[in-house]
Amino acid sequence: MQALEVRNLVKQYRNGVQALKGIDLNVAQGDFFALLGPNGAGKSTLIGICTSLVNKTSGSLRVFGHDLDTELEAAKACIGVVPQELNLNQFETCETIVVNQAGFYGIPRRLAHERAEKYLNQLSLWDKRHKMARTLSGGMKRRLMIARALMHEPRLLILDEPTAGVDIEIRRSMWDFLRGLNEGGTTIILTTHYLEEAETLCRNIAIIDRGRIAEADRMDRLLLKLHTESFVLSVRAPLAAAPTVAGYEVRWIDPHTLEVEISKTQTLNDVFSQLTASGIEVVSMRNKVNRLEEIFMRLVDKSGSPA
Amino acid sequence: MSTSVARARWIGFQTIILRECGRILRIWGQTIVPSAVTAALYFVIFGTLIGRRIGQMDGVDYMQYIAPGLIMMAVITNAYANVSSSFFGAKFQRFLEEISVSPLPDWLVVLGYVGGGVLRGLLVGLVVTIISLVFTHLPVHHVLVIFAAVLLTAVVFSLAGFINGVFAKNFDQVNWIPTFILTPLTYFGGVFYSINLLPPWAQSLSHANPVLHMVNAFRYGFLGRSDVDVVLAFAIMVGAAVALFGIALTLMRRGTGLRD
Repeated sequence: MQALEVRNLVKQYRNGVQALKGIDLNVAQGDFFALLGPNGAGKSTLIGICTSLVNKTSGSLRVFGHDLDTELEAAKACIGVVPQELNLNQFETCETIVVNQAGFYGIPRRLAHERAEKYLNQLSLWDKRHKMARTLSGGMKRRLMIARALMHEPRLLILDEPTAGVDIEIRRSMWDFLRGLNEGGTTIILTTHYLEEAETLCRNIAIIDRGRIAEADRMDRLLLKLHTESFVLSVRAPLAAAPTVAGYEVRWIDPHTLEVEISKTQTLNDVFSQLTASGIEVVSMRNKVNRLEEIFMRLVDKSGSPA
Repeated sequence: MSTSVARARWIGFQTIILRECGRILRIWGQTIVPSAVTAALYFVIFGTLIGRRIGQMDGVDYMQYIAPGLIMMAVITNAYANVSSSFFGAKFQRFLEEISVSPLPDWLVVLGYVGGGVLRGLLVGLVVTIISLVFTHLPVHHVLVIFAAVLLTAVVFSLAGFINGVFAKNFDQVNWIPTFILTPLTYFGGVFYSINLLPPWAQSLSHANPVLHMVNAFRYGFLGRSDVDVVLAFAIMVGAAVALFGIALTLMRRGTGLRD
């Protein structure tokens, strides 16, 4: 069964801006799905429509088979959402916020308190349960929004840039938490500007640009479409110019740094052999950019939108 | 509708009510105290100081005459203010989305917020009633009329406050209606005087003011005196409640000010 089926979804705002121009999208049950796109591409509008926060203009949307037009309440019950913007009641305590959220989904008070303890603990917020939301740090507020979204244990969790502005340590712990959730059967849709995050976590991906799906594929298949990769090499002895490496394009960046582009049919061994033969020692090497970032940039650039 | 759905909805409704009660009690200095202070001042100035010179109004002591109107004034302003500010605040801070993404049906959301407004209106009304008993004696002519009038009035103005909250785009717009419409309607709604004192044209005009009917129905419950037909007053209250509920529900279903 598909967790989410979107068909020919169109959204035109009153000011005439067409944010979505006929989106088709499938997210399979149990998937960890990345929805990427530049700012203003339509990601948040799509999520807004999925979660009933934005009215669609036309098209259809089904959540675990429940049509949003005819079975709205059943569809809503399946979804948990962590929005991009902070939307907490700043004057309520963490525990009150999550317990109330459970109440809105019809979960009895006692069970709500049990779940509050479970999820606030899992997100390292239990010791802050009596603190008002406004007193929390940015990272804690993000985690509180995740705990809140989980209170009714949704089958589909939609996270709109959940790690924005969160330090790397907390981001990594959130990744582990989300992986655990997904392994437990929760379908997750993630939008993020950290492409490393999408590449690390997600199995399937759609790139949305200017209201259209520019690409939708399995993550590994999409990464295979990357025909060339650029590597940055640090060399021990300073170089005055780029050395000649037969069959490769080598660029001189500075006396200790070279950049080399390698296609799928070529090997790094060959590059190293030639450099060694020229007496050049390579001290370290890294990808110039994240592979997904490179694909993303190419797809988005191709359609003429700023990244 | 299955039992489990009905139970889930009941829990959702209770949650909205509890949240509203929590808000009312958390900011009691803004929600309860001001009306109590204002009512006490009215009783001292209009009732004790000026009232002595006025003597009787419509055959009863002036203090006794204004007491039901002052209670009703507190109910009207508080029921309205509670829903308009709470709903707009939730919209402004975006935590209304907590409810919007949940499976609670629109009508239940409207009822939940209106329930909060009614509770605050009745709570403040009770406080003002207690204060009024310090200054005057209030007989009870018809207890059911009293409760029905105060409840319906609180519902009507909670619904009106809800609609204001839906349309409001900033805090100024939350205050416009109470300042420029609600306050004049209340002051010209027979709180302080009998419309029999007015010239005929002003009496006719006053009958178009729904607050006049509400205040007089409520006063009738205590004193057995009214400037209007009490049955007509109840018909107006019920009609207004039904019409405003319909408007509120339509706005929610369309997502006016929320999803557009």
